[in-house]
Amino acid sequence: MNGKGGGEEGVTATSSVSPPLDWKFSQVFGERTAGEEVQEVDIISAIEFDKSGDHLATGDRGGRVVLFERTDVKEHGSRRELEKQDYSISRHPEFRYKTEFQSHEPEFDYLKSLEIEEKINKIRWCQTSNGALFLLSTNDKTIKFWKVQEKKVKKVSEMNVDSSQASANGNIPSSCSASPRPCLPNGGCSERPYKYLSSDFKFPPGGFPTLRLPVVASEDTSLIARCRRVYAHAHDYHINSISKNSDGETFISADDLRINLWNLEISNQSFNIVDVKPANMEDLTEVITSAEFHPMQCNTLAYCSSKGSIRLVDLRQSALCDNHSKLFEEHETPGTRSFFTEIIASISDIKFSKNGRHILSRDYMTLKLWDINMDSGPVATFQVHEYLRPRLCDLYENDSIFDKFECCLSGDGLRIATGSYSNLFRVFGCASGSSEATTLEASKNPMRRQVQTPARPARSLSSLTRVVRRGSESPGADANGNSHDFTTKLLHLAWHPNENSIACAAANSLYMYYA
Amino acid sequence: MAMLDEPLYPIAILIDELKNEDIQLRLNSIRRLSTIARALGEERTRKELIPFLSENNDDDDEVLLAMAEELGVFIPYVGGVEFAHVLLPPLETLCSVEETCVRDKAVESLCRIGSQMKESDIVDWFVPLVKRLAAGEWFTARVSSCGLFHIAYPSSPDMLKAELRSIYGQLCQDDMPMVRRSAASNLGKFASTVEQSHLKTDVMSMFEDLTQDDQDSVRLLAVEGCAALGKLLEPQECVSHILPVIINFSQDKSWRVRYMVANQLYELSEAVGPETTRSDLVPAYVRLLRDNEAEVRIAAAGKVTKFCQILGPALAIQHILPCVKELSSDSSQHVRSALASVIMGMAPVLGKDATIEQLLPIFLSLLKDEFPDVRLNIISKLDQVNQVIGIDLLSQSLLPAIVELAEDRHWRVRLAIIEYIPLLASQLGVRFFDDKLGALCMQWLEDKVFSIRDAAANNLKRLAEEFGPEWAMQHIVPQVLDKMNNPHYLYRMTFLHAIALLSPVMGSDITYQRLLPVVINASKDRVPNIKFNVAKVLQSLLPIVDSSVVEKTIRPCLVELSEDPDVDVRYFAHQAIQSCDQLMISG
Repeated sequence: MNGKGGGEEGVTATSSVSPPLDWKFSQVFGERTAGEEVQEVDIISAIEFDKSGDHLATGDRGGRVVLFERTDVKEHGSRRELEKQDYSISRHPEFRYKTEFQSHEPEFDYLKSLEIEEKINKIRWCQTSNGALFLLSTNDKTIKFWKVQEKKVKKVSEMNVDSSQASANGNIPSSCSASPRPCLPNGGCSERPYKYLSSDFKFPPGGFPTLRLPVVASEDTSLIARCRRVYAHAHDYHINSISKNSDGETFISADDLRINLWNLEISNQSFNIVDVKPANMEDLTEVITSAEFHPMQCNTLAYCSSKGSIRLVDLRQSALCDNHSKLFEEHETPGTRSFFTEIIASISDIKFSKNGRHILSRDYMTLKLWDINMDSGPVATFQVHEYLRPRLCDLYENDSIFDKFECCLSGDGLRIATGSYSNLFRVFGCASGSSEATTLEASKNPMRRQVQTPARPARSLSSLTRVVRRGSESPGADANGNSHDFTTKLLHLAWHPNENSIACAAANSLYMYYA
Repeated sequence: MAMLDEPLYPIAILIDELKNEDIQLRLNSIRRLSTIARALGEERTRKELIPFLSENNDDDDEVLLAMAEELGVFIPYVGGVEFAHVLLPPLETLCSVEETCVRDKAVESLCRIGSQMKESDIVDWFVPLVKRLAAGEWFTARVSSCGLFHIAYPSSPDMLKAELRSIYGQLCQDDMPMVRRSAASNLGKFASTVEQSHLKTDVMSMFEDLTQDDQDSVRLLAVEGCAALGKLLEPQECVSHILPVIINFSQDKSWRVRYMVANQLYELSEAVGPETTRSDLVPAYVRLLRDNEAEVRIAAAGKVTKFCQILGPALAIQHILPCVKELSSDSSQHVRSALASVIMGMAPVLGKDATIEQLLPIFLSLLKDEFPDVRLNIISKLDQVNQVIGIDLLSQSLLPAIVELAEDRHWRVRLAIIEYIPLLASQLGVRFFDDKLGALCMQWLEDKVFSIRDAAANNLKRLAEEFGPEWAMQHIVPQVLDKMNNPHYLYRMTFLHAIALLSPVMGSDITYQRLLPVVINASKDRVPNIKFNVAKVLQSLLPIVDSSVVEKTIRPCLVELSEDPDVDVRYFAHQAIQSCDQLMISG
């Protein structure tokens, strides 16, 4: 932690502001050894904690979903009870590998002559039920609903007819008909064996004592992931996000131009609720980059665009929600316009805070926090990597300027985090009066490349409507000897829902930190 | 296994396959669960099979669904109603699986079993089950419990009844919206078993909770409860408690809720009675007809006729008709289509004068709508208007529009019109038909699109059935036969097809005298396709004409075709000859 900044903060700010967090390395999964080359398919492309924070899922470019479970929660007894007994869990969250499964496979769309990558774009956890975990995963075109459950491995130990004998004995009428495939081509089963039970066959009142039910011995359990539903063929463009509704029965999927509404139980139809496709594609100026449901209000959803605007939609107003109910955008200050203004304004990710009051958005250079009751401008703006501004031209030339960084909020809504280049990520305090701005590196020593934050204390806020710019680093950051590596970018990260713990992806490695 | 008697093998296998690897085999065994139960006997079914099934709850959904269904009719196999309770445990586990259709089936089966159980058994076994499910850890169990209260409640003693009511009240306020939705949609059923005194207090307060839910999806299910509860309450109570809720819902922020109101309004108006409907629901309905959201207008427009029937002509003309006029030029084609499908029914309600003055212009504008569905919906209900304004007026005003559609550029529209022609013919009568539509029917036979020609041939058959062979002899047969000279073989094939279809209707004499010669003649066609179709037609004529005709006329012709150079012609000729032979043997 930046001791100097933190100390001053403690003095100047009101006592309600919590001190900056002291981040420590917790765990790493899939750490690279020095010189090891990263396989493209292993690169993590999605991270998501479930609602309880007991599970974490990652998706990768190879179409796999890997699940992790928390180990520091005692297995016996419900977690909720434990928390009631002793609210402060002394230990930080620790996870272990739980299971993994192949969610998507590469496909080829023959109609459009398009390859469909297996890369997982988003993962969303669904309501846990009956001890099974449920999640939605999507690639560019197809969303899948997965159930992961402990299943008992069953072994039938006793039967009426010894299977080896039955098949050896050709004249015995067997429902298996001695052939390896007893089923008819249409899937129905041959009724032939049952002809032997002719109508004059009498069942004695006490039944046949010689018949017995198969005895099943089950000892081991194993985790099995099963695809329950496939929601396909509803998107002409690439799906960039999925989000489930608080009503527990619907979810949305958004592509570049449209947002569709699905019922979790119905996979063969969806309703188009937002369509920004112009009649003439040459008039296209803006695409949808992400969409998310409000965490509590089932009728509210937000989507953001490549032009830097966030639109709030009220599903109650109309079946087709092309008209937004609120529009959030920052009006550019005159005179600052450059060639890159529009490109870097594009919002790559939005997240609602847990209580739904705020929306966090990430564009190329900044994080912005919006109050959904205030559409005149963001409540606060945080510079993520201002030192890159002079280098936008380079970033444009190597296409890095189009990288889509994600952002996340802490469960208490007091802090926000997002990624940057050189495997760095930044954590900002967003409570009023906080000037917390930490830079961490996704490595075993997160503070190794600590960039000095300015010692200048943040101005205290007289009102929330004032826009604060904080965390801008001294222009000499590069002079510190930190060369910025544009190939190692930290795009995906997630904040634990109720503890200060962050999971972030550096290429194929998953790093976990706690404070 | 040596102990098993030979006849028992099928059952033994069936039992073993309850645990087979192959899902189809397991499914097959579960579907024959009753056979297994009979083979085991009642006692072992109770003591072994049912516990075995209770364990078997992590199978595939299809198997679980089949099991839930089978168990619902299993009472005879466990030893009758007194042992019905042994069936509850496996169904209880099925009530908490995550697949909705399995749960629904399990609830259905539980209700079926519960409704046969003795009162004391309900209290001893069924009520505890409902309570367990309602307190279930997972929402799936609680969702299922909501559908069981109406079975548990009537048999319970007062203390238990009070408890059940309070549990249901808690379910209406559950954390999970899924549970609240289930509570909302089952409220009507549960309420119908609750005593009047508690209905007004407990049930109404639950209902109020649900109507004020944050989730649209819960509120809109509460709308359905309005109608169900309204019918249970005395009219006065209904007006004071349900009506304000309905009025509120009709102005809900959420279009989905308003849509539900529009869909349910007829049932709601039945619940509150005609007088209140006239005074209070009409303004609400008019608002819905003018709603901003097209989906709501669609639902509302679809109820126009039913609603007007309650209102009577005067109010309908005063309040509803202006809205109908607006809707007939609505910007959404789906709204116009919904309106078109019911608007004809308004004619009998409004009476002749109002229909002619007010409705007819609307009909005409809808008939000229650019959207084919709208036009078709009007045409399919013409009979209702006919009864009110009479055929002459109808023909003057509507017929030109129909004729226009019959020649529509889109073949699907023409096809749809053709399919309505027999209906129109029966509504309009022979004389009228001959004048106006007869020529069209012939014209379609020579349409450029095969589907139209095919439909036209079928149409002729249906017309012949409608107006009888004599009429067909005058108006169809000669025309069709004349056309066999058409230079294009595809058209000749259509006419041949028409002849084949007409002959069963026309009967053996006409077939022999008029149709058969033409067919025989066509066997000398230069196009092989015609010739093998002749063979097929002749085959179809065999049962219609006398056997002497078959031998004298048809067989020689077929024999000739069977020596044709074309392989297909020979094939079909042989087929037909074989049919001749069979006919001879059986005849």
